[in-house]
Amino acid sequence: MANDQNTVTLTIDGQEVSIPRGTTILQAAQRLGRDVPHYCYHPGLSSPAQCRLCLVEVEGAPKPMPSCVTQVADGQVVHTQSELALDMRRGVLEFYLVNHPLDCPICDMSGECKLQDYVHVEGRPHGRSREPKRVFGRDDFGGDVFYYGDRCVMCTRCVRFMTEVERDSRLTVVERGNRSVIDTFFDEGLDGTEWSGNIVDLCPVGALVSKDFLYKARAWDLTHTASICPSCSQGCNIELHTRDNRVQRLKPRENLEVNAFWMCDHGRLNYEWINRGDRLEAPLVRTAGSGEADTRAMGWKEALGVLLERADAAGTQPVRAVASPFMSNEDMAALRALVESLGGGEVVYRSVRAAEESVLEGLPTLARRKERAPNGRGAELIGFSRVGNDDGTGGLDDVARHDGIVLVLGDGLADQDAEFGASAALYVYLGTHGSPAAGHADFVLPVTTFAEQEGTFTNLDGRVQRFWPALRAPGAARPAWLVLGALLAERSGTEAPRSAAEVFAGLAQGSPAFAGLSYDDLGTRGATVNQPVSLPGD
Amino acid sequence: MAYPYVSDREVRILSKHFGDPDQRRLEHARARGRYQALARAFEMGPDAVIEEVKASGLRGRGGAGFPTGLKWSFMPKKPTRPHYLCCNADESEPGTFKDRELMRWDPHQLIEGCLIAAYAIRAKHIYIYCRGEFFETTQILARAVEEAYEAGLIGEDILGSGVDIDVTIHVGAGAYICGEETGLMNSLEGRRGQPRIKPPFPAAVSAFGMPTTVNNVETLSAIPHIVEHGGAWYREYGTEKSPGTKLFCVSGHVNRPGNYELPLGFPLMELIDDVCGGVRDGHTLKAVIPGGSSVPILAADECEGVSLDYEGVQAAGSMLGCASVIVMDETTDIVKQVRRMVQFYAHESCGQCTPCREGTEWMTRILRRIEEGRGTEDDLDTLLDMSRHMTGTTICVLSDSAGAPVVSSIRKFRDEYLALIRRGERVGAA
Repeated sequence: MANDQNTVTLTIDGQEVSIPRGTTILQAAQRLGRDVPHYCYHPGLSSPAQCRLCLVEVEGAPKPMPSCVTQVADGQVVHTQSELALDMRRGVLEFYLVNHPLDCPICDMSGECKLQDYVHVEGRPHGRSREPKRVFGRDDFGGDVFYYGDRCVMCTRCVRFMTEVERDSRLTVVERGNRSVIDTFFDEGLDGTEWSGNIVDLCPVGALVSKDFLYKARAWDLTHTASICPSCSQGCNIELHTRDNRVQRLKPRENLEVNAFWMCDHGRLNYEWINRGDRLEAPLVRTAGSGEADTRAMGWKEALGVLLERADAAGTQPVRAVASPFMSNEDMAALRALVESLGGGEVVYRSVRAAEESVLEGLPTLARRKERAPNGRGAELIGFSRVGNDDGTGGLDDVARHDGIVLVLGDGLADQDAEFGASAALYVYLGTHGSPAAGHADFVLPVTTFAEQEGTFTNLDGRVQRFWPALRAPGAARPAWLVLGALLAERSGTEAPRSAAEVFAGLAQGSPAFAGLSYDDLGTRGATVNQPVSLPGD
Repeated sequence: MAYPYVSDREVRILSKHFGDPDQRRLEHARARGRYQALARAFEMGPDAVIEEVKASGLRGRGGAGFPTGLKWSFMPKKPTRPHYLCCNADESEPGTFKDRELMRWDPHQLIEGCLIAAYAIRAKHIYIYCRGEFFETTQILARAVEEAYEAGLIGEDILGSGVDIDVTIHVGAGAYICGEETGLMNSLEGRRGQPRIKPPFPAAVSAFGMPTTVNNVETLSAIPHIVEHGGAWYREYGTEKSPGTKLFCVSGHVNRPGNYELPLGFPLMELIDDVCGGVRDGHTLKAVIPGGSSVPILAADECEGVSLDYEGVQAAGSMLGCASVIVMDETTDIVKQVRRMVQFYAHESCGQCTPCREGTEWMTRILRRIEEGRGTEDDLDTLLDMSRHMTGTTICVLSDSAGAPVVSSIRKFRDEYLALIRRGERVGAA
């Protein structure tokens, strides 16, 4: 194998590998699909090499080496599974269990605990310690965090996160030796920090737990679905953890180009709205007149049939459409296409824009952005213009009094009154929840949230990222792209789209910004649109 | 001379003025030749000083015995960044009390040694890291530094040589682990006193991220004599591989415990029987710890013929360490002594590495249980197995040190452990 200066070739467990100089043995082993147990090492933090769990045998070295800090060298022969390596790690694991309580049945981390995993794989079947365990009890760190000192393995990931990444050294190790505990400085705790929820993710055991999640679900009962955080335009890659068709918690998902390993506390805890129960569950159609009694629930086929008739009857009318930036690119593209087919008109969106960003100091490309919606950039790129105030209200006076066709997609119109759309020739409201401003709607159509459908959001950098359905939609609610796509297909005599991917493919064909992108290319990491993008007011 | 005990077998070079408070004053110290070697060093130039120290064969007196001149030569020859000299005065190994005496009685000897060393390694700043409990010692040293500043021996343009060197005394907060050189660095920088991973080594990156040399008080105190009389003169004392004299801190069951300066290679039994007046009257020797609590115990029959130099003690199965000889007679309860030592390590473990944090405390608890008669023979196997997992698995050697007395005592005094275990079993059965 030809080596240049920047590459070294070594052997790990009998397998030869060439890897860039400066890589650690642990990283090299991971690249071969061989993980070495570790606690203190985390790719987003410095490596203090103190947990001593990642010890491996390196031929010629006088003692077992910590693979998290030992760099690869030419000709090195590494054994991660040799008798020496396994024996040393078995010893270290036993030390962890001298004081770690075996309270797995009541520990929130159980099922995703690295101590459980490692002991199961490499530990001694029976511990030899007969001594009483040391007891610290529980400490409220403030914020969303409880600390169970008894379970702590003293890896200091949390301390290093606060110091190196959030750059707010609120945590430290106090005392020394076996009496060491993590604590906060003074009584300040973690209150007021904006990223400290990440220390719960970082904790390899159940020492740091989320108050929000405490005792809510067992890890093995949760279904994990890849998604995108909808709380701002950063587009942090996340996982929705669901059980019983409810989101139980959000966790960040690694994407070095967007959010690395982190997410902000606001985004993490802002999920209850997804679980709201008072959803629209069936298409509602106003059959005649304008009274409440004349509104009837219909099946989709019938409802869309009536809608097509009414649209034809209305003839070519100027259209005004409002979409929420919480809707996917596919939903908005389908809405835009339908508007064009109806004769064209103004398409707008409204969003909340805060005055300040909250930047993560240790990773300045990550922030809780001003734009508090996931897809404002997508809306812009698809041709929607932003209207209204920075608190997400106003800007719809023209739409409210419009006498042509009015289409509302996802915007709950919370600031609008009951007269909204009263003079419209045709008013179609597609949403997840009812609205007082939907009283005049001729059609109220139930659509799904991002958590119930497949789709993409475009973040503020123009990065298009996919999300997947994690929940069953309530009743007859369907993705907006499916509903709007079916309407358009009927009007144009083409075939209705059967998947979000097809809608996206159409978008990629019709829009220079999205040209060349496809669901396959986006994968789980996303890709950036073709043109430089900027939002008004950025 | 009033210094507790002296022996005519001693070669008193570093300890010549022990017991004489006048030596603390600059005027007396200078009248007796202090700071002449400094002027001589400035004439020689830094590289020649390093060569002379190399020629002397002086080895680090902090315990590891690394050749001092070689250590100095690792420092960059053309400084692009500030260099630091750090004097390790955090003497805290149980059984050791030589650095305290060197600072207490002859602070100017140490300051002179520091200045010469700093000059040789091209450092402009010296940190003397003093153990937190050394109140009186630190005061004496601070007074001496002040006097030396006033006399132009520290500061700018020392002795008209154009050399600028400053001295800062830094007082620790009382942690054994801060005597480990990288732990010392963290403490010096205001961080938690925890050893750092090597590499990088101190000569490349250490105090405040700069190249740093750390030397022990006794090492630095020997420097003026080597510069003044030459490396060849120093080699007249001691052995080929362990040249020079060494302060031996003898404690425990001897008639005259104390600091004795002897040439390296001195026979252990002569130190006990002759220099220290023998094991206390009416008792017999049981065991000796030859180099401070971190080294394996020697049983009485192993002490015969041991010569006190780095190689000689190693050949006997232990280490010279910092030459702290702890003598125990037959009244000593070995299990209790070992438990007390391990308990010390458990208390002083910084807590970052798991085998040390958990292992030292676990060992203490097992040993205490055995002491109380609640042990089993399996416990001994567990202890030996734990020691194996605590040796070579951590950042520094504190946990290795905790394991050493456990392993050596179980090997050499297994009967004592078994007696406690059996007695407990009998009591339990009755």
